[in-house]
Amino acid sequence: MDAQAVAFAIVAVVALVSGVGVVTTRNVAHAALFLLVSLASVAGVFILLVAEFLALVQVLIYGGAVTIVLLFALMLTRAEEFSNVRSNPQWAVAAVAALGVFGAMGAVILNDRLDTQELRGPSLQELGGELFTNWVVPFEIASLVLLMALIGAIILARASDSDEPGSGG
Amino acid sequence: MELYHVELLSAALFALGVYGVLARRNAIMILMAVELMLNAVTINAVAYAAFLDPGRLVGQVITVFVITVAAAEVGLAMAIILRLYRVRATANVDEADTMRG
Repeated sequence: MDAQAVAFAIVAVVALVSGVGVVTTRNVAHAALFLLVSLASVAGVFILLVAEFLALVQVLIYGGAVTIVLLFALMLTRAEEFSNVRSNPQWAVAAVAALGVFGAMGAVILNDRLDTQELRGPSLQELGGELFTNWVVPFEIASLVLLMALIGAIILARASDSDEPGSGG
Repeated sequence: MELYHVELLSAALFALGVYGVLARRNAIMILMAVELMLNAVTINAVAYAAFLDPGRLVGQVITVFVITVAAAEVGLAMAIILRLYRVRATANVDEADTMRG
């Protein structure tokens, strides 16, 4: 086993163990921290796949923004129920369904190995050039999507007088 | 590290996300499981880009857009969950049944 395989095994195990933590822990704050670990390991996978820019973006967006938003929302709600959430009664059915999904995908992956080339990633310059030439319109639309999400989140989360239970907001 | 190793990791993360979405009742937990599934998809996109067609950048560009949309989604979803919590005093999706037929 070369160093790359060892590193991949480590980040894969960390990602999977913390992923199991996300879906099994009963405390929402713990789940958010497990999610942070899992997403950081995915950034490690990106580095091994020669996608350094995406690894950086992954750490900045998920570690710096998404997890923080989740934790902030938890602090703002101050809910006792969040420290001890229960799963559905039909969690066993859900486990069977998830195992079925994994089994089907795993069977396809192992049955139909694709011909791979030598591992190589684009340079940051190439990626930036591609984004701002061939993909410039989707790129600008993405910024509009973010702006719309920002405005929508402010409007939705703004406190108003009609928030008594039963008024329907 | 072969391509199918990465594919298996992605499939396992996606299955964990499926389990989380189906088994959880708390809306924030479901949101986190959705994030796990999105990450599984981006791992696949980057792996295919790096292993199968290194000359083209579509895999990485698509991943940038997926991360953008995921960030927008989390912001909106948290706003909706906070609103739901304020109106119904719960983030339990079973109890948000106003639109039940």
